[in-house]
Amino acid sequence: MSDERPVSVAVVVFPGSNCEHDAVQALSGLGARAELVWHTARSLDDFDAVVVPGGFAHGDYLRCGAIARFSPVMDAVCEAAEAGRPVLGICNGFQVLTEAHLLPGALLRNAGLRFVCDIVECEVVSVSSVLTAGARLGQRLKLPINHFEGNYTCELEALRELEASGRVPLRYVSNPNGSMGAVAAVSNESGNVVGLMPHPERACSHLTGSVDGQVLLQSFLQAAAGEAAMSAAAPAGRPAGD
Amino acid sequence: MKFAVVVEVSALEGISDPEAATIERALPLLGFDRVSGLRAGRIFHFVVDAGDVAEARSVADDLSHRLLANPVIQRADVSVQPAEVSV
Repeated sequence: MSDERPVSVAVVVFPGSNCEHDAVQALSGLGARAELVWHTARSLDDFDAVVVPGGFAHGDYLRCGAIARFSPVMDAVCEAAEAGRPVLGICNGFQVLTEAHLLPGALLRNAGLRFVCDIVECEVVSVSSVLTAGARLGQRLKLPINHFEGNYTCELEALRELEASGRVPLRYVSNPNGSMGAVAAVSNESGNVVGLMPHPERACSHLTGSVDGQVLLQSFLQAAAGEAAMSAAAPAGRPAGD
Repeated sequence: MKFAVVVEVSALEGISDPEAATIERALPLLGFDRVSGLRAGRIFHFVVDAGDVAEARSVADDLSHRLLANPVIQRADVSVQPAEVSV
């Protein structure tokens, strides 16, 4: 991480978000400067990275994430993603990122129509995302899940392609919700945008049963620091993107 | 001119629809043992102000595919009719 200044992370808040304080607390505990940003904000240029936290954005009306996708801040989230800055969607945040087409696929109601609330084991199956770059392939992490719509779905061919190109960073050891391929997390092609149903921010203290989320958030912040250093070195501010 | 639009959104074929599956499983218990192919969905009604039916349909299609349905998992069946009563 940068020696000069802490990594800055925007934690986007929609009406109905409810995990934003957990995210700020966890990121701050790892040395970042994490700030809540209301969904009407139009710029996230002051931040090295973005977290879209869990909850029920806009009441989850219509479909999870369907209305949040049109919140003013989402243009800025898309810009950050395009510029290569790390963007992380947790739980409802993952649903928002799929609705915004920043990530492929969709999240359906859990198989068996059961709300799941548990601590589950996830295996790191790819380290080519900002979330898992600091983890070990095959590493097993205990992470809390807490969702009704976490059943990851896409076309079978698309899933095979995601798996083959290292875009499935985490997989459930025992599939809790019917997700295709037991997918727990998905990344975009360049690995800087990641969505996952488990809550790493709630696994950062022994008080809550696991500290396994730290390796993921640490990795995310490390990537943000790297991106920030690159931008600082570029003569015209941030690189124009890829 | 005003047009009344009805949009039916339901799961794409091949996408799991646990709600429909659960309802269908309950049917034989009620004696409906000759019913199959049940699909669950949602209906949206709205009114579009447009010059003609084609323009109204284009607005309704756009709205349906960008917001009301997620094309990755859902289909939207859109029907457009001249509104009988002014709204």
